[in-house]
Amino acid sequence: MPKDHGIGASNKRREDIRFLTGNGNYSDDINVAGQAHVHFLRSDMAHGNIKSIDTAAASKMPGVVRIFTADDLEGIGGVPCGFQITDRHGEVMQEPAHPVLASGKVRHVGDPIAAIVADTLEQARDAAEAIDLDIEELPAVVDMRTALDAGTAKVHDDLTSNLCFDWGFVEENAGAVDEAIKNAAHVTTLELVNNRLIANPMEPRVAVGDYNRSNDESTLYTTSQNPHVVRLLMGAFVLSIPEHKLRVVAPDVGGGFGSKIFHYAEEAFVTLASRALNRGVKWTSTRSEAFMSDAHGRDHVTKIELALDGDNNFAAIRTTTLANMGAYLSTFGPMVPTWLHGTLMAGNYRTPLVYCNVKAIFTNTVPVDAYRGAGRPEATFQLERVIDKAARELGVDPIALRRQNFITEFPYATPVAVEYDTGDYNATMDKLIEISDMAGFDARLAKSKANGKLRGFGMNCYIEACGVAPSQLVGQLGARAGLWESATVRVNATGSISVLTGTHSHGQGHETTFAQVVSEMIGIDENQIDVVHGDTARTPMGMGTYGSRSIAVGGSALVRATEKIINKAKKIAAHLMEASDADIELKDGMFSVAGTDKSLAWGDITLAAYVPHNYPLEEIEPGLEETAFYDPSNFVYPAGAYACEVEVDPDTGKVTIERFAAADDFGNIINPMIVEGQVHGGLGQGIGQALLEGCVYDENGQLLSASFMDYAMPRADDVPFYDVDHSCQTPCTHNPLGVKGCGEAGAIGSPPAVVNAVVDALQRNGKDVTHIDMPLSPHRVWSAMNG
Amino acid sequence: MATVSMTVNGKSVSAEVEGRTLLSAFLREGLGMTGTHVGCDTSQCGACVVHVNGEPVKSCTMFASEAEGAEVATIEGVAAEDGTLSVIQQAFQDYHGLQCGFCTPGMVMSAAALLKDNPKPTEGEIRKYLEGNICRCTGYHNIVRAIMAASGQDVPAVAAE
Repeated sequence: MPKDHGIGASNKRREDIRFLTGNGNYSDDINVAGQAHVHFLRSDMAHGNIKSIDTAAASKMPGVVRIFTADDLEGIGGVPCGFQITDRHGEVMQEPAHPVLASGKVRHVGDPIAAIVADTLEQARDAAEAIDLDIEELPAVVDMRTALDAGTAKVHDDLTSNLCFDWGFVEENAGAVDEAIKNAAHVTTLELVNNRLIANPMEPRVAVGDYNRSNDESTLYTTSQNPHVVRLLMGAFVLSIPEHKLRVVAPDVGGGFGSKIFHYAEEAFVTLASRALNRGVKWTSTRSEAFMSDAHGRDHVTKIELALDGDNNFAAIRTTTLANMGAYLSTFGPMVPTWLHGTLMAGNYRTPLVYCNVKAIFTNTVPVDAYRGAGRPEATFQLERVIDKAARELGVDPIALRRQNFITEFPYATPVAVEYDTGDYNATMDKLIEISDMAGFDARLAKSKANGKLRGFGMNCYIEACGVAPSQLVGQLGARAGLWESATVRVNATGSISVLTGTHSHGQGHETTFAQVVSEMIGIDENQIDVVHGDTARTPMGMGTYGSRSIAVGGSALVRATEKIINKAKKIAAHLMEASDADIELKDGMFSVAGTDKSLAWGDITLAAYVPHNYPLEEIEPGLEETAFYDPSNFVYPAGAYACEVEVDPDTGKVTIERFAAADDFGNIINPMIVEGQVHGGLGQGIGQALLEGCVYDENGQLLSASFMDYAMPRADDVPFYDVDHSCQTPCTHNPLGVKGCGEAGAIGSPPAVVNAVVDALQRNGKDVTHIDMPLSPHRVWSAMNG
Repeated sequence: MATVSMTVNGKSVSAEVEGRTLLSAFLREGLGMTGTHVGCDTSQCGACVVHVNGEPVKSCTMFASEAEGAEVATIEGVAAEDGTLSVIQQAFQDYHGLQCGFCTPGMVMSAAALLKDNPKPTEGEIRKYLEGNICRCTGYHNIVRAIMAASGQDVPAVAAE
């Protein structure tokens, strides 16, 4: 019988009411009195020297308040990077300056050159047309594969080359891996591209700066997944505003998928302009701007080699990757292809030796950073594709090959620095075989054949490390931040509760699930509990939401804070009922003395805490409000197995997804409905990457896929109903809820299943096709078939 | 500037607008009705769908002045006065057909237009009809289920197929 409240119940989401009725409060819905609008004049060139910017005529245009260029930003810091990689030679990465407005050079299409502040947005846009720019075009660095060649232009003149870093992991294993590959019974090699993507949350970015001269406070309303991180980075590194004079509010945010983690130049600009002009300044990105200013994702060129012994046991993996950083380092850009990628190269398998080399490259393209999954999809894709290819080369069943090499004993320390606490990969594989109706494939294959279509089946496993992250560990790896999380539980006198969380909900439904956790622990109605997030003035400092961390890290902080509340409430109850603390039991919101009929309700205790007339003031402070900070001792490791069935039209190469099944192990689950929704969304994005989405630059660095007309977002008729299951549950062993993260799994686990299925369809029809790079457009598939 | 008058959710409104003011901007900035969202600038995403004289329209693709004299319906007018959700809105909540909520107003308005013309659409008809509404959160699974449920169809049966 499914639960109808508390942990494990599929509660409907309380936040839905405002979203369904048009009463959401998104950043673009916020206007401050007397605000001006800013329009950014952006580079239409990928690479060039700025010879002059003449704003004289534009400044005289109607409504123009002021036009800013880099010359006006003296003393303003650059946009900082939050992660520093140390390379395989012990050198720290090359870290270029990232000015708020382009200084000296433009380095990608979309690089902001001037900011026009005017009374209305239309006036700002009109004035931008009147700015006279003289930019000397330079050869653009676009292709990572030639970016390090002698004679190639440099993106940053003050750096030694276009190489950001050359990272090796685990460097000490490099020789042993080479040796194992040399001596292996079989080596399967695969070269592939992990296609460049654009996150494209449906809400474009917005930033509204609002300065209050009377108290010298700046407020920034922004579309952020982590307002405290923006406050820290922008205040400390860019604008030199102390945190107590800076408030960052991220109200309802219309999706993020990683792209709203990062601190962006536009946020700093509206904040500084608002101070300079003593007036609110608002920026709302158009979708066209979003394509050329939101951080992009993925964009790896990879060669992976899998060595097997004579019994088909995995012996070693060697992988080399070129990872695009774009023109500047975005907040977590260097972390993605390294620590979020190399550490996952063991996958679900016992592979004793792994070596991962990543060269990060500067190019004249938009900065690249985390996008749903961030490094883990890149690891999973290459690993699960090369295993499939190996199975074909060896003539063995790809499922049997995987099972043979599964990790089955936990905890398991991988050769790539992480320790999986728990898992059961055979269980999710068994479940996948069931829910995907693998047994019925042959019948469906025959039906497709009768319809003149090629049918294929593909599957893969995945594991991810999320619930980011143990602070001390990531600090050693180069993180410039801690990655703990916070929660305050504020109990009001009449017993209602405000939960203040440092995480941020932008679609994940925290207002519903976090209330379920507290309700379960105290035993009061969820409607008595509100969840507040997204405002540095209201919530304790927190690190925000990304890396599937909110319930694993933020939920753990919430449990700790609620435990403190319960402990204190029990003390109060003990005093009121003249019993010992140890004898007080809490059940369904009632405090009772064990072995007696004495009891007091939750509301009696909370009232006593704030009206402490009969209260042990000498022993306990009045009030009932507790805060906890939780730093995880390990990552969490969701894992599972996914299967895809496709039909390929032999005449056109068009692929349709006929079936998709996902069997996940997320440990314990707070709200199954929301978890399934997260998986659905991830699958939609993963299928999008596999079949449709691709960010394309031409050889001059022009962004060709710069609108929804050119960048193929998945639509409703591109995807099927998904069969998802999360009944295999091995609870996390190191957090109090036993939870793992579920936000990224779908996007991590699904691309290889799709490509494996298409390759299967072609191979079944005698086509010698072992790989097609994503997105598997009709053109690419047709070309591969007709070789 | 010219004066434009129309009826929005049953109320008469009249305002001065520039010729280039889009209907979406008129609703959001002119009337402060921010439930209608703008997610793109190429008429692709559908977050801005409203009804004009009963037909679904991408309000970012229409000048405010073109709605002169029209009956405009937006997401703010869908629920009952007392806040009771419409059948479609309720189905979206029941079937978790929204996550971040940004595309939702357009989805609800498109779904309403679909069900007006086709009271019992098949899964395929729903998916095809939503071609002009992009959602990045849900993978569409629960949106399609919600619309099937709102049309009185048996949702678990279709989802299992």
